Amino acid sequence: MLAWIYKSTTKYHRYALIFIGLLPLERLFYLGLQDQLSANPIEFITRSTGTWALVFLCLTLSITPLIKITGLANLITYRRILGLYVFFYACLHFLIWFLLDQNLELEAMVKDVLKRPFITMGFLSFTLLLPLAITSNRLSMHLLKRRWTQLHRLIYLISMTVLLHYFWHKGGKHDYFTVSIYAAIVLSLLLFRVWWAIKSFIKRNTQIIS
Amino acid sequence: MKKVITTAFISESEVTPKEIYLRRREFLQLGAASLVASTGLLPTWALANTQEKLSYKANPQFFTQEKLTSYKDITSYNNFYEFGTDKSDPAQHAHTLKTRPWTISIEGLVKKPKVLDIDQLLKLAPMEERIYRLRCVEGWSMVIPWIGYSLSQLIKSCDVLGSAKYIEFTSLADSKQMPYVNTSILKWPYTEGLRLDEAMHPLTLLTFGLYGEILPKQNGAPVRVTVPWKYGFKSAKSIVKIRFTDQQPQTSWNLVAPNEYGFYSNVNPKVDHPRWSQATERRIGSENGLFTPKIKTLAFNGYEQQVSSLYAGMDLQKYY
Repeated sequence: MLAWIYKSTTKYHRYALIFIGLLPLERLFYLGLQDQLSANPIEFITRSTGTWALVFLCLTLSITPLIKITGLANLITYRRILGLYVFFYACLHFLIWFLLDQNLELEAMVKDVLKRPFITMGFLSFTLLLPLAITSNRLSMHLLKRRWTQLHRLIYLISMTVLLHYFWHKGGKHDYFTVSIYAAIVLSLLLFRVWWAIKSFIKRNTQIIS
Repeated sequence: MKKVITTAFISESEVTPKEIYLRRREFLQLGAASLVASTGLLPTWALANTQEKLSYKANPQFFTQEKLTSYKDITSYNNFYEFGTDKSDPAQHAHTLKTRPWTISIEGLVKKPKVLDIDQLLKLAPMEERIYRLRCVEGWSMVIPWIGYSLSQLIKSCDVLGSAKYIEFTSLADSKQMPYVNTSILKWPYTEGLRLDEAMHPLTLLTFGLYGEILPKQNGAPVRVTVPWKYGFKSAKSIVKIRFTDQQPQTSWNLVAPNEYGFYSNVNPKVDHPRWSQATERRIGSENGLFTPKIKTLAFNGYEQQVSSLYAGMDLQKYY
């Protein structure tokens, strides 16, 4: 019964999710109008958009484990929206840095990317997200077939580069508390997959033997 | 503390351009307005401009035409890790700091160690208002009207031995008042240091107030130093001990990340921080908000003329 209600309202859940995904951005506009973006608004919006990209990354990665645990296969329909919000906030994060922090100077930007490991990782993460965002549609899935799944496994690599980006950013100040929490979440979501793979491997093999 | 009535030796208007004066009025009104408008994000005392007044005269020698950073920004955007690592933490948590009674213990290479009470310190020399640029190592800056007197005045009264070459400042580290000194972010207590000639330089200010009033707790009350040609972390807050030594003191940030925070840490646009460039800075509270471009960082934060002789012949790339 619950599963049926859930299934028949999925379309509305998707609309709700699209709306919810925009709330962090709306919050920034609201705070901006109230003059409450702290004394250093650019730092505030840079960090906020970066954090939200990471939050949506965690949510995206949690869909597969949730499906395996609950058996609600329909949850897969939210993964694309969540994934696209990772890209959306990563875009804002990148553009704020490029437009407002680097004053749109391409040379300064390239220099920073090459010279500073934490920026290298941030830039790499953004670049790797691009092909995923571009192929986030049915046509690409259809055209790429098995390659699509292979391509989208890049998200695991991106998880790592994003964590490094955050860790190295906090490096000099030894202020690892927040980033450790995110790292623990991302790593447990990835470890779940490993655990699940091992479990089903054993299951399959024991079935063959029996 | 007794309330002190401002008694300027020369009229302030002689040394302070009228527009600055008017801006102060404006800022007072703004302060009141933001009190009313504040929606509980910050406790009211963090914005209240109701600290005790200090008696001082403006020192025209230490002045800049640049726009003063607002009282609100100066007192709500702070690095004071004893109260948390977020910029907004000190304004929210520093109310637990007890600034009375307060003493500074003078130790090390002096004829006779002594303990000075804050009331003695406040009376040791006439208070001056000095408008200094503050450049944080993180790449932002402010313009702050500090109140205090040259640290050299205190040092001269300490009978320092000829063998002393350095000065070490120790900040309070009381976990009952400072929630974060139990964490391992830094080695507590916070210590900072200067070469003795740097400490004797007239620009180095023993600081008791800002914007005409005693220091707000989040800004390092009741007494701190301000070394305007160095990155902000060199200016130790809430000082309880001053020690004279013949060896370069160990400093908190240098112990944590020696490749990022050198002992000298002079503001230098040519020496990058390993994780960002120091060539430019963002001035806090710019009128155009988000779209104000960064400004160029000046050598020694613009105090090159006054202090560069201290470092004659030194390789500043090496001694960053």
